[in-house]
Amino acid sequence: MLISKPQLQTAAANQQSQQLTIDILRYFRDMLLIRRFEERAGQLYGMGLIGGFCHLYIGQEAVVVGIQAAQKAVDTVVTSYRDHGHMLASGMAPRGVMAELTGRSTGYSHGKGGSMHMFSREKNFFGGHGIVAAQVPIGTGLAFAHKYKNDGGVCITYLGDGAANQGQVYESFNMAALWKLPVVYIIENNKYGMGTSQERAAAGELYRRGEGYGIIGKKVDGMDVVKVQAAAAEALEFARAGKGPVLLEMVTYRYRGHSMSDPAKYRTKEEVEEWRGHHDPIDALRAVILKEGYTTEENLKGIEREIKEIIAEAVEFAQSSPEPDPSELWTDVLVQS
Amino acid sequence: MPALSPTMTEGKIARWLKKEGDAVKPGQIMAEIETDKATMEIEAIDEGRLGKILIPAGTEGVKVNQPIAVLLEDGENLDAVDKTVSAPKTQNETPKIETRPLLTVVPSKPIPASPTTTPDEKHFDKFIKQTVREALRDGMAEEMRRDPNVFLMGEEVAQYQGAYKVSQGLLQEFGEKRVIDTPITEMGFAGLGIGAAFGGLCPIIEFMTMNFAMQAMDQIINSAAKTLYMSGGQMGCPIVFRGPNGAASRVAAQHSQCYASWYSHIPGLKVVAPYDADDAKGLLKSSVRDKNPIIFLEHELMYGQSFNVPDDPDYTIPIGKAKIMRHGSDLTIVAFSRMVGYALSAADELAKEGLEAEVINLRSLRPLDTETIIESVKKTNRLVTAEEGWAFAGIGAEIAALMMEQAFDYLDAPMARVHAADVPLPYAANLEKLALPQPENILSAARNVCYR
Repeated sequence: MLISKPQLQTAAANQQSQQLTIDILRYFRDMLLIRRFEERAGQLYGMGLIGGFCHLYIGQEAVVVGIQAAQKAVDTVVTSYRDHGHMLASGMAPRGVMAELTGRSTGYSHGKGGSMHMFSREKNFFGGHGIVAAQVPIGTGLAFAHKYKNDGGVCITYLGDGAANQGQVYESFNMAALWKLPVVYIIENNKYGMGTSQERAAAGELYRRGEGYGIIGKKVDGMDVVKVQAAAAEALEFARAGKGPVLLEMVTYRYRGHSMSDPAKYRTKEEVEEWRGHHDPIDALRAVILKEGYTTEENLKGIEREIKEIIAEAVEFAQSSPEPDPSELWTDVLVQS
Repeated sequence: MPALSPTMTEGKIARWLKKEGDAVKPGQIMAEIETDKATMEIEAIDEGRLGKILIPAGTEGVKVNQPIAVLLEDGENLDAVDKTVSAPKTQNETPKIETRPLLTVVPSKPIPASPTTTPDEKHFDKFIKQTVREALRDGMAEEMRRDPNVFLMGEEVAQYQGAYKVSQGLLQEFGEKRVIDTPITEMGFAGLGIGAAFGGLCPIIEFMTMNFAMQAMDQIINSAAKTLYMSGGQMGCPIVFRGPNGAASRVAAQHSQCYASWYSHIPGLKVVAPYDADDAKGLLKSSVRDKNPIIFLEHELMYGQSFNVPDDPDYTIPIGKAKIMRHGSDLTIVAFSRMVGYALSAADELAKEGLEAEVINLRSLRPLDTETIIESVKKTNRLVTAEEGWAFAGIGAEIAALMMEQAFDYLDAPMARVHAADVPLPYAANLEKLALPQPENILSAARNVCYR
């Protein structure tokens, strides 16, 4: 991670340095928020307060935080079911997300969507989709709408390495390239589609999967938030300029299982330990912050305490909120005109 | 004891990796748990010290949610927390399940009442005669003039002017931004349309035939129909999927299927099936204006037929309301799409035999205008349904259930269903005719229910 503080003592350099400090500390905070949120979600799952499928994002935090940092407010985001990190990065309230996980009326979907199906139009977060790769044509359609309305927005469409083998991804690539739609496809390659390693499921390199359509692809270290941000900024600028889609493969790793009921038979503990111990995006950024003097150990502890409080409050909210009223069963099936 | 899968109720502590007094950090593995499926690790989620192991390694049958250890945070000691963990909360009580009425018999949420006045009752002075094809085109053109967010997308809709010429002239009027030829990629452009609808546009997605929409079934059902519900009402999907449905002529099994009952099964969709040009235009305009995903089932063999259509750019037909095409008191024939024409010709024949049939054109399949059907049966006491699809779990089967549930006492004879033979549609002309319902089938079914 190359983020030395600028040394020149000009006013411009000073300002740049201050902005960099703000950015770096925000990355740290946002990644830690996701990490702590997910750890607590795992715990609540274990206590039976969260049901069904629950896919944790632990290990991959640098991807969404880096990309979100490069976005504009007009941009839209869509992803699959490993979506808690994307929602928090989009600025959705941790309490609303947690309350949806516990199936309460105060959740983003009033308790009717759960972990895999949450949305916030206000934050331009379009889900949260439960079918592997179904979000890819949808994101391409959101990009189509950006272009149709000429609003200057780009749709960031996330998919996993597993989804990258679905046919509809290539149907989407084809149309996005043909019509130069403003879309950035992010393949979050966390090495495993459920329990099948990428090597056993995918021929060739994922970042080259758009080549046949003329889509520029790039492989990025998804454990380094600064590199992610830089790659995303470049890709977004390209797409926003009307030059068509871009594909970024983020090489990352999920520490936890595919979902909560993952027996972890398909990879070794040593492998997980290697990534967790030596490539952790939060530990790495923490080390840089202290080494480069962005802030003090004490201030980082303060951020950690603040996040602990946010999560505790979210959990309290999610546990104390009521379940949906039985009448909620019948609402939102159709828009009543 | 954490629940490590949706179905786990108990587990075994295989081993502890930390011992009492050890410091732990979030993410560190504390123990291994054996479930019915696998051995899994559990991690600490807080920083602290392992104060006490409550369940030793090797213990089997540990119920989910039973405390297995005490984790002490900075400054806490074991005495203070001992009491709170000694009496675990009984979290495994069977959840109370609220009893509800049998939904199929007494819907707790009634289907919204059908509009009481239909445009049929509205008086129109001027009519123009046009084909179903032209009526569909005019309906789309008028809606595209009204709302710049309406666009048409599909295979061959632009330069080719529509595989069945339904979109003739639209490219010339609206340009390539709003009339868009797609590659042959049904799942892709169906999903793209759904995304565009989420993004604030009003897409009309044409499938060259509804047979090809099977490729897009996941997008239509999982993405278009369900997302509003799953988002607590945030994610409306105003989109129309339209195209010819059912049998054409000698195109065999893969190109000749009626999907009426497939889509009608799905909450979150509205399904309409026009019969004539009047229906085609009025229902299509209503569909474009509706805020929900609409499945619009056309019929290839009807495209070239001409009918009178009110000459009024604001002519719409309410979705969910059937139309009585012919009044009668001896029996009711319920049909949709092309079968309405067959029902009308059967009714003419029946009249010669002294039987006056009431013919109902359903127009919408979901929501179904149950009121109009039941009111008619209350009068005629005899019912025939006609559809081009298969009988099993079909629209006729649904209406049969409706009769049992809501009109049992009004039937003087078992109802009869007219439908396709229970085989994939054959190619040979004679076999195709045998497989598809014909006016004579409706005629004989009508005689049967009247005991003639």
